[in-house]
Amino acid sequence: MQLKSLMLSAVLFSSVCASFANADDSQVIRIATEGAYAPWNFVKPGGQLDGFEIELARDLCDRMKAKCEISAHDWDGLIPSLNGGQIDAIMAGMSITPKRQEVIGFSRTYAAPLNGFLVLANSSLAKLPGDAKSIDLDKDETGAEALINQMAPLLKGKVIGVQGSTTASAFAEKYLSKVVEVREYKTVDAHNMDLMSGRIDAVLANAVVLKLATQDPSLKGTNMAGPIFSGGVFGPGIGIGLRKSDTALKAKFDEAITAAVKDGTVKKLSEKWLKFDVTPLE
Amino acid sequence: MDFAFLLECFKRLLAGVPLTLGLSLFSCAIGLVLASAICAMRLSKKVWLDYPARGFVSIFRGTPLLVQLFVIYYGLGQFSWLRESFAWTYLREAYWCVLAALALNTAAYTSEILRGGINSVQHGQIESALSVGLRKDQIWRCVILPQAWRQMLPAYGNEIILQIKSTSLASIVTLMEVTGIAAKLVSQSYRPIEVFVCAGALYLLFNFVVTRAVTLMESRLTRGMRR
Repeated sequence: MQLKSLMLSAVLFSSVCASFANADDSQVIRIATEGAYAPWNFVKPGGQLDGFEIELARDLCDRMKAKCEISAHDWDGLIPSLNGGQIDAIMAGMSITPKRQEVIGFSRTYAAPLNGFLVLANSSLAKLPGDAKSIDLDKDETGAEALINQMAPLLKGKVIGVQGSTTASAFAEKYLSKVVEVREYKTVDAHNMDLMSGRIDAVLANAVVLKLATQDPSLKGTNMAGPIFSGGVFGPGIGIGLRKSDTALKAKFDEAITAAVKDGTVKKLSEKWLKFDVTPLE
Repeated sequence: MDFAFLLECFKRLLAGVPLTLGLSLFSCAIGLVLASAICAMRLSKKVWLDYPARGFVSIFRGTPLLVQLFVIYYGLGQFSWLRESFAWTYLREAYWCVLAALALNTAAYTSEILRGGINSVQHGQIESALSVGLRKDQIWRCVILPQAWRQMLPAYGNEIILQIKSTSLASIVTLMEVTGIAAKLVSQSYRPIEVFVCAGALYLLFNFVVTRAVTLMESRLTRGMRR
C-alpha cells in the first residue's frame, strides 16, 4: 500500500516537473555537449563541465542575453536528441559535413579545421617551409599549391602517416601522394608511435591534436613544422548543431559567434584551452 | 545488391591479391624450413635442443598472432639500439614485421604437425628396417618420411588455409592487402555488405584452390592404400 502511494506521488511529481520544464522552454536555450572530448569539452573531477566550448557557450549566451543550460550527452544521442526536441543546440566539436547537413542545420563555424605536420625536431623535415602560416584552401588554393611545391623537394621520397578515411588522408592523397608515400593508420596514436620509431617521417593530422601531442612526454622530440592548412578537403570546420527549422536561433548564434570572433574572444579562449588559435579566417 | 558496384569492388580488391598471396606463400615457406629445424630439435632427445624448441612452440602457439604482430611491430621499435642496428632496415618496414610474425607463428604449429606425422610411424617398422640392414638415412628416406608425409598432409593443408586467412591481420599495421583495401572501401562508400562479401569471396577462392590441391596430393599419396 505504502509502495503504491509512493509510486503514485513519484509519478505525479515527475509530471509536474515536466510541465514546469515545458513552461519555460522558450527562454532557456538547452545546449548539449559530450563532456568527453578534452580540452574542447570535458567533465571536471567535481562533476562540472569545463573546456573551450563550455566557456565559449557561456560567452555566446551572454552576448545573446539568453539563459543557457549546458549538459553532457552521449555522442551518438546528440543528433537524435536535437531533432527530438530534448535539446536545442549541440556544441561538441562537431565538424560540419554534408552527411550531417542532411539531418541538422549548423551555425557559422567557430573553429577552423586546422591541419598540420608533426615531425621529429632533429630531422630534415623540421625545416619545412611555411612557418605555421595558416592557409585556407578555399580562399587561396593557388597559394597553397605554390607552398606545397616549395615543400616538395624536402618531402620527396619520405613517408607520411595519416589516419585512414579522415580529411587528412583525403588531403594527402590529393596534394602529396605524387611526392611522398602516404601510409594509412587506424588511429592517431598508432601513427605517432611510428613517427617516434622512425618508420614514418611525418604525420599529417588535426593541428590542435598534434599541438597537444607535442607536450606528451612519450612524444618528446617531436615538433610541428610547415604551414597549417584548412578549408577545401578539410571542410568548413566546427559549428553549432541546430534544428533546421530553428532559423531564428541560428541567426542569433551566427551574430554572437561573429562578434566573438571579431573581438578576439574565440582566439583568447582557444589559445587558453587548445594552445592554438582556431579562429576561422574571415 | 548493386552488381556494377560489386564488379568495381572486385577490381579494387584485386590490387591487394599479390600482397595477400605473397605473404601467405613466403610465410609458409619460411615457416616450413623453421618448423623442420624445430622438429629436429624436439626429436633429437638432447635436453639443450629439446627444451628451447618446446619453449618456442609453447610461446608462439599459446599467444594470439595479433599480439605477436604488435610485439614485433610496435614493441621492437621502442629499443633505440635496435633502431640503430642493421636489423632496423628490415624491421622498419611493416612487410618484414608481418612476414616475421606469420612465419614464426606457422613454424610453431607446423613443427607439431611434422612431429605428429613422424611419431605416427610405428616403431616396429623402424626395427624391421634396421634388422634388414638399412642405414639411418635410408630409413628416413624410404620408411619414415613417405608415411609421415601422408599422415600430416590433411593437417598441413589446414595450416595453409589458416595462414592465408591470418594475412588479413596485416592491414592493422598499414599493409594494404585484400582486407585492408576492403576496410578502406567501406569507409569511403559506407556499403559494408557488398565490399566484405567481395573480400570474403576472394579468400574463399584462394582456399578452394588450396583445398583442391591438397586433396589431389592426398589421393596420389594414398594410391597404394585404396581398395
